[in-house]
Order: sequence, then C-alpha cells, then structure tokens
Amino acid sequence: MNILGIIASSKLGDAGDFESIATYSVGSGGSATITFSSIPATFAHLQIRAILKQSIGSGAFARFNSDTGSNYARHRLQGNGATASAAGDASQDKVLINTSQGFSDFGTIVMDILDYANTNKYKTERHLFGIDLNGSGAVGLESNLWQSTSAITQIEFISPNGGNYAEYSHFALYGIRSA
Amino acid sequence: MPITYEKIQTTTLPSATSTISFTGISGSYTDIVLVFGYKSNTTNQPTLRLTFNGTSTGFSGTQLTGNGSTDASYRNSNAAFISIARIVGTPTTVGGMATIIMNFQNYSNTTTYKTVLARASAAESGVEADVGLWANTAAITQIDITTATSNDFASGSVVTLYGIKAA
Repeated sequence: MNILGIIASSKLGDAGDFESIATYSVGSGGSATITFSSIPATFAHLQIRAILKQSIGSGAFARFNSDTGSNYARHRLQGNGATASAAGDASQDKVLINTSQGFSDFGTIVMDILDYANTNKYKTERHLFGIDLNGSGAVGLESNLWQSTSAITQIEFISPNGGNYAEYSHFALYGIRSA
Repeated sequence: MPITYEKIQTTTLPSATSTISFTGISGSYTDIVLVFGYKSNTTNQPTLRLTFNGTSTGFSGTQLTGNGSTDASYRNSNAAFISIARIVGTPTTVGGMATIIMNFQNYSNTTTYKTVLARASAAESGVEADVGLWANTAAITQIDITTATSNDFASGSVVTLYGIKAA
C-alpha cells in the first residue's frame, strides 16, 4: 500500500501501513522552530500534515539534518487569486514553503518526502500548500531538492524573520511503509 | 499498533445525484480526507459546492487551474460555499471520470477557522488545486457536496471519507 500526498489507494487501514511518528502542537507564546528528530529509517516515505500560522506573515522554511549549506533547489507553481505563476531557485540554504504569500493566518500544507532514508541518491520533497483569507491568499505546489545522499533523520521547520509559529499551529509527521 | 489511516465511510452512488453528504462525523481524528471517484452523468462540468455543518455563510477560496494551454488563478470571497473544481477538474462528457481529493486538517478543533486543501483532476478538462476557508471555529461534523445542476454524479461514482490520527 502507498498513500503519497493526496493520493490514496484502495487498500487502507492495515495497522502500521501509515503510522504516526510524532506530533507537535504549538502552545501559548508560540515557537520559533518545530523539530522532528531521530526519525527512524524504517519507513519507505514520510508525510507531514500541518496547519500553521506565523507571527510574522511570511513563508515557512525547513531544513533537513540541520544542513545550512546551499544544497537546496526548488520549483513552484502557485495562484494568488488573480494570476498563476511559476518560479525556481537554485543554491538555496533551506526548503522554501509558500514564500510569496506567507502564512499570516492559518494555512495548511501536505508534504511528502519519498525514499527519505535512501543513501544512494539526493532527496526530493513535494508539498501542496494553501491559505485563504477571504480576499487574499494562495494555493500551489512546490518541490524542493536536497542535494545530499544522507538519510533524512531530522526535519526542522523554521519561522523566518525572527518570528514564531503561532499557538494552535500543528505539525504531524507520519511514516508510510511499503509492502 | 493503532490504525492511523482509517476508512470512516464509503459510498457507491446507486443512482445519479448532485448531492453527497457525510453527517455525524466523529471528532476523534486529527485530519480527514475525502476521495471522490467522480463519474459524470452530464456534460455540465460542474463546480463542486462544498459546505459544512449545514451552513451557507463564511466561505471563500482560491483556485489554481491548468487546462493544457493556459494557467490561471481565481478567487471567491464572502461566498455561500467553497468552490472545488471551479474551472476545470470535472468531466465534460457523460461517462467521463475525475479524481477529486480533499484534505481537512485539524477539522475538529474549536479554536481556528477551517481550511480545506484539494486537488481535482479530469483528463477531459484539466487540473485544479484549491484552498477553501470556512471562517468558523466550529468542529466540522457534516460535509455536503452539491452542484448547481441536477444529477451530475453518475451511478457508480465512489466517495470515501478517511480519518487520520496523529499520535
């Protein structure tokens, strides 16, 4: 069975096929970072499902294994209610998530990281994001490349510009097993 | 080991309709996911009108569309429903198929407005990504999907609601 992103198979419900690894709920006062660490290599893929709001309305960032080098690259397709646009950036120092519209109120993402524990190839994440504010907002698809063959053992979500993830932001990490 | 991704209810439409409802949705999950295997009974290519808890206020949305030649983005504000597959993403022919998947994250909390994140894909018309807002902090206990026209969903269409539990 595979459940990748918003693709669901017809066979669901077996214990352990789609497993909750860890969950982070932001409390009062907010949190500048959300860190999933010591991620076991026992799954085929990872999925992160989140609702998030930031104290400074900007995009969210993420890093794998605390790598701050310029080892990330991305492509994005998004719509802002008036126009559709596409963009790409090479040699980034982080995974970029909805950088043009930000998360000034609660938005959502569903992120998939396929073959995250494979040590023979670079890693690619993809996510669907959306935020609507009754008159503004954005929806889109983004994909980020991490040019490292290391297994991903840590994922850190970083609120940019010195801000915090607001109370009630919620991040859940799941593991997906293959047959 | 607990089951994390669980089927709540599945319905195979016994006859053509333009209304699908899930009622009495339990608040025991973290997220719910609706998967709609849409078979068309008409040539209407309808927008799916999504509402919660029987209400008709507080909805808005943003859409991103592609039809094979043009990309575009649209918005609804102060609407009576969330628009899913507003421009493309539903079939244009009788018997045409579409796959529509909606994510309702933290649907049962009573502190934040609710957001749905969806994708609709129909080879006949195109693909669409949608985000919709319900400006209401109530837990979602009922989901209704309708269209503006009659009997758009053919017999044999399959709609399944899943629940996802975080640790």
